[in-house]
Amino acid sequence: MNIFVLMKRTFDTEEKISISGGKINEDGAEFIINPYDEYAIEEAIQVRDAQGGEVTVITVGSEEAEKQLRTALAMGADKAVLINTEDDLEYSDQFTTAKILAEYLKDKDADLIIGGNVAIDGGSGQVGPRVAELLNIPYVTTITNLEINGSTVTVVRDVEGDSEVIETSLPLLVTAQQGLNEPRYPSLPGIMKAKKKPLDELELDDLDLEEDDVEAKTKTIEIYLPAQKQAGKVLEGELADQVKELVSLLHNEAKVV
Amino acid sequence: MARKVLVLGEVRDGQLRNVSYEAVGAAKTIAEGGEVVGVLLGASVSSLAEELIQYGADRVVVVEDEKLAQYTSDGYAQGLIAVIESEQPEGLVFGHTSLGKDLSPRVAGKLSSGLISDVTYIEVEGGNIVFTRPIYSGKAFEKKIVTDGLIFATVRPNNIAPLEKDESRTGDVSTLSVDIKDLRTIIKEVVRKATEGVDLSEAKVVIAGGRGVKSEEGFEPLKELAQVLGGAVGASRGACDAEYCDYSLQIGQTGKVVTPDLYIACGISGAIQHLAGMSNSKVIVAINKDPEANIFNVADYGIVGDLFEVVPMLTEEFKKLKVNA
Ligand SMILES: Cc1cc2nc3c(=O)[nH]c(=O)nc-3n(C[C@H](O)[C@H](O)[C@H](O)COP(=O)(O)OP(=O)(O)OC[C@H]3O[C@@H](n4cnc5c(N)ncnc54)[C@H](O)[C@@H]3O)c2cc1C
Repeated sequence: MNIFVLMKRTFDTEEKISISGGKINEDGAEFIINPYDEYAIEEAIQVRDAQGGEVTVITVGSEEAEKQLRTALAMGADKAVLINTEDDLEYSDQFTTAKILAEYLKDKDADLIIGGNVAIDGGSGQVGPRVAELLNIPYVTTITNLEINGSTVTVVRDVEGDSEVIETSLPLLVTAQQGLNEPRYPSLPGIMKAKKKPLDELELDDLDLEEDDVEAKTKTIEIYLPAQKQAGKVLEGELADQVKELVSLLHNEAKVV
Repeated sequence: MARKVLVLGEVRDGQLRNVSYEAVGAAKTIAEGGEVVGVLLGASVSSLAEELIQYGADRVVVVEDEKLAQYTSDGYAQGLIAVIESEQPEGLVFGHTSLGKDLSPRVAGKLSSGLISDVTYIEVEGGNIVFTRPIYSGKAFEKKIVTDGLIFATVRPNNIAPLEKDESRTGDVSTLSVDIKDLRTIIKEVVRKATEGVDLSEAKVVIAGGRGVKSEEGFEPLKELAQVLGGAVGASRGACDAEYCDYSLQIGQTGKVVTPDLYIACGISGAIQHLAGMSNSKVIVAINKDPEANIFNVADYGIVGDLFEVVPMLTEEFKKLKVNA
């Protein structure tokens, strides 16, 4: 089974966000594998272990993503590919990323492609389905279970809390939802082995893509932080009075009930 | 510049979802005086066209086929692409729901267009349609514009105001017949876990419980309060992990994102991953027995106390308010 994982390097979920020069300030921030992509990597490893084959983890980004790719290799992926767009692209959006990934994947005979259902930084959740459409293969998003039986695949899809049991076939692209599995931590031998596993670096040129082919269709014109909330009001006094006051505040001041 | 904008009306349990009316409101802004065309896909949905028109659509195109009875990306994409080809719109709006999130990137991929997802505000500024959306789980916001081609966006439920319903509005309802071909994904079974009653992601009031609720029964007082306020019950991951409630109720970075008018957090500490799902709520109330709990830092109003005392008292007070109103 030829399995590919789409991975993104993101800010750690605990990081505070600040802005400098109109951009999110990255100085000193911790970066991680997007948490949903961790589920994707884990699932890919489990499928390979059950069915045989190879797991390749791909990311589009800058050299800095090598660290997260090595972590994926340490978890158990076989190969990693960094498509480095740092020198070529100033702006990119989901159109850009999906086009690059699809261009890379189109002649790889992928049986299964797994991504996270959303990246916790940009939060758009577009890249998986876009890639599937460009490759003309079926996809199922936000999955919580995956079973492969020959070329028949049964997946469970989370739909706002309800579950759909879906039957489909390979080749297939799926995106991971929380609950799909428990991602493993890299083991020490895993980390040692990862250093020797192949990590290829490509640029747009290697994919026969020009900057114009992948030019973003959208543009960010401003980034800002939410208005600082005024310190909330913690009520005081007898509990019964606090409850009365709260109801009155919600009704008369906040006007939400 | 007047534009023609298509809006996908999303049907659930035989009714249009609220977010579809909000999407019509969004489409009006994008259209800048142009035509807003509703699109309905399903097995038998044409009866809902009138309602879309009453909420502001100028006319509605219906595609009906047995294969569209349930949402699949293959079926819906075929139906929608056919409508897009015949209408040639300059704008497209979906709700940012499970369906919208699944379908919109595929349609954007097919049309080689941009797509601005999860939009919470739309304005016309300096000749551009400017979309505001949360990033970094609501810790920051970005403003985006489309620089090339179709203006395509999905709108987060509960953020963009729908237009006032006008029962005297009329408009043309037409049918487009589309030959829906093979579906590559087949839905074998749907397991309903989400709550009956008010839909959590669209609720105006959310009463959420955390590990402090302590048991499955502990959710009962929260349910009563939700009922009195016409709201929905939600939960932290702490409560879900402890099996006090189903994961379908989880709010946060890995759960649902909600932006109700009123969010009441009961026995929730306010971990950053929880805040990611609710910090943009209009008014936040915290009930927690620990005065140092982080949830008080984002709350507009707080009561330090035992939720099992406070919540039933609140329910009684709100009942009185409703009676007097
Ligand atoms: C990658 C990742 C993703 C995550 N995603 C999510 C997510 O989507 N949603 C989410 O919620 N969490 C998420 N978490 C978990 C999050 O970090 C917290 O662990 C979780 O939110 C804690 O839940 P809690 O507030 O219910 O529990 P606790 O932190 O244990 O807080 C319980 C609170 O209840 C109060 N309390 C106890 N008894 C009473 C009483 N009788 N009356 C009043 N107050 C009482 C306590 O003072 C305490 O503040 C995620 C974590 C990670 C690492």
